[in-house]
Amino acid sequence: MCKLEVENLSVSFSHYDRGLRQQMVEVIHGLSLSIKAGQIVAVVGSSGSGKSLLAHAIMGILPGNAVMAGRICYGGETLNAQRQATLRGKEMALVPQSVNYLDPLMRVGQQVRIPGADQVQAAQQRNLFERYGLEPGVEQLYPFQLSGGMARRVLLSTATLSGASLIIADEPTPGLHHEAARETLLHFRELADEGRSILLITHDIESALTVADKVAVFYAGTTVEIAAAEDFAGHGERLRHPYSRALWNALPQNQFQPIPGAQPLPGQLPDGCVFAPRCPAASAECSEIKPDMRKLRGGMVRCIHAS
Amino acid sequence: MRLEAKKLGYRYANDAWLFRKFDLSLQQGETVGLVGPSGRGKTTLARILAGYDTPLEGTVMLDGQPLPKRGYHPVQLVFQHPEEAVNPRWRIGRILNEGGQPDPFLLQELGIDQGWLERWPGELSGGELQRFCVARALGPQTRFLIADEMTTMLDAVSQAQVWHSVLAIAKQRNLGLLVISHEPSLIRRLCDRVIEWESLVH
Ligand SMILES: Nc1ncnc2c1ncn2[C@@H]1O[C@H](COP(=O)(O)OP(=O)(O)OP(=O)(O)O)[C@@H](O)[C@H]1O
Ligand code: SF4
Ligand SMILES: [Mg+2]
Repeated sequence: MCKLEVENLSVSFSHYDRGLRQQMVEVIHGLSLSIKAGQIVAVVGSSGSGKSLLAHAIMGILPGNAVMAGRICYGGETLNAQRQATLRGKEMALVPQSVNYLDPLMRVGQQVRIPGADQVQAAQQRNLFERYGLEPGVEQLYPFQLSGGMARRVLLSTATLSGASLIIADEPTPGLHHEAARETLLHFRELADEGRSILLITHDIESALTVADKVAVFYAGTTVEIAAAEDFAGHGERLRHPYSRALWNALPQNQFQPIPGAQPLPGQLPDGCVFAPRCPAASAECSEIKPDMRKLRGGMVRCIHAS
Repeated sequence: MRLEAKKLGYRYANDAWLFRKFDLSLQQGETVGLVGPSGRGKTTLARILAGYDTPLEGTVMLDGQPLPKRGYHPVQLVFQHPEEAVNPRWRIGRILNEGGQPDPFLLQELGIDQGWLERWPGELSGGELQRFCVARALGPQTRFLIADEMTTMLDAVSQAQVWHSVLAIAKQRNLGLLVISHEPSLIRRLCDRVIEWESLVH
């Protein structure tokens, strides 16, 4: 059974245009994703493709002007606002992308520990700090005294110590040096092997591949491919979607090859395939038909020409 | 032009010194990588070079002269976390104009859509916001750019795009770049030479 199932999710924001008319802009559309107990699913893709918003939708912390449709199930039951509030921070924990989420007025040690933590939990926290290379003195510091990398490790400790069985980590490793980043991912792997589920949102594809079971590739508000970690190899021959291949080949350790153009803005998506304006394999059909997600070679792809 | 750090020393309050007698020299037109563990003071050094903080010891010199105290700072810094570098109560367009009118070619190169200028910083993704910070730092009077984990929050395609643009602009305007990154493969792609933080800290 899936621990978490996201089905046909859409998220829209209401904006006021110049004439002060209210307009709805859809930023996530037709997004489906599932994760089983014991799995690490890496979410990679374009900046602004909706990765953080997906995380916020699952946690139930979208801003007030957001409207959500579709279904999110946790443990086989629909997640509504009330259940989200009950599970948040206990069953489901988020490592936020922005380090601004730390409470500026509270010492680090206090924010990490669960209120009423006993000796055992305090010891666990110390162990975790040591593992992530945070010195014991860090507990006494306030967030403004932390470097970017330190703040991130504190956020990580908070989420992993919560005992949550679903951890959503939104860019947990930037700013961490190699050993700390590796340690973090290995720790995620251990947590998953204990039966927890981890949604790992990251731009560091290469590191994610060392621990992830499967990879979801996002572009312009939706999933364009679900692949096995092993499909990311060579020049991306085994990948199913042209965007996934472009992403892989743009890595500095691969070709460092950019593609021209930019991701379309929410509310200004092309009529056909969202990737058509930049796709080297696009045909006339591609700008007319909106491809559905379909099964292909043990994964999923949203492209009419993929084979 | 040459940017020089001479015998810099810095520490926060009464903590241990982060670095002392720190020397660094960067020539216009060259791209230099700076690598080392996190939390040891690379960002602090970047802030000092760009004039955000004053060193407790030593000086930063531009062609043998101390850095200007007022006016446009010729050494610009792009931070790791864009949300900390912008005023959340200003619209993007206003933030961008802080450093003078932006070059439309630059905006296009960096993949910045005009439509974003109307938005508030909280309404953009981390990667979108970072492109603004890059554009803002590349004003016409910039001579050196310090990129502190500048593209770690971007996807690989945008990262390659931003760096290809920045390198092209740096070449065209003969800028000096200091690239602080934890990613060895990125450093290898970009830099003429690499400095190990630990080899410079005493
Ligand atoms: N509060 C908001 N109001 C309107 N639009 C928003 C809001 N928050 C985010 N968006 C838009 O929604 C889209 C998805 O944003 P999101 O933060 O989920 O991207 P992301 O995939 O996490 O990107 P990154 O990799 O850069 O962090 C972006 O185009 C962004 O501009
Ligand atoms: S559907 Fe067409 S445009 Fe879209 S990714 Fe496939 S080939 Fe490219
Ligand atoms: Mg994000």
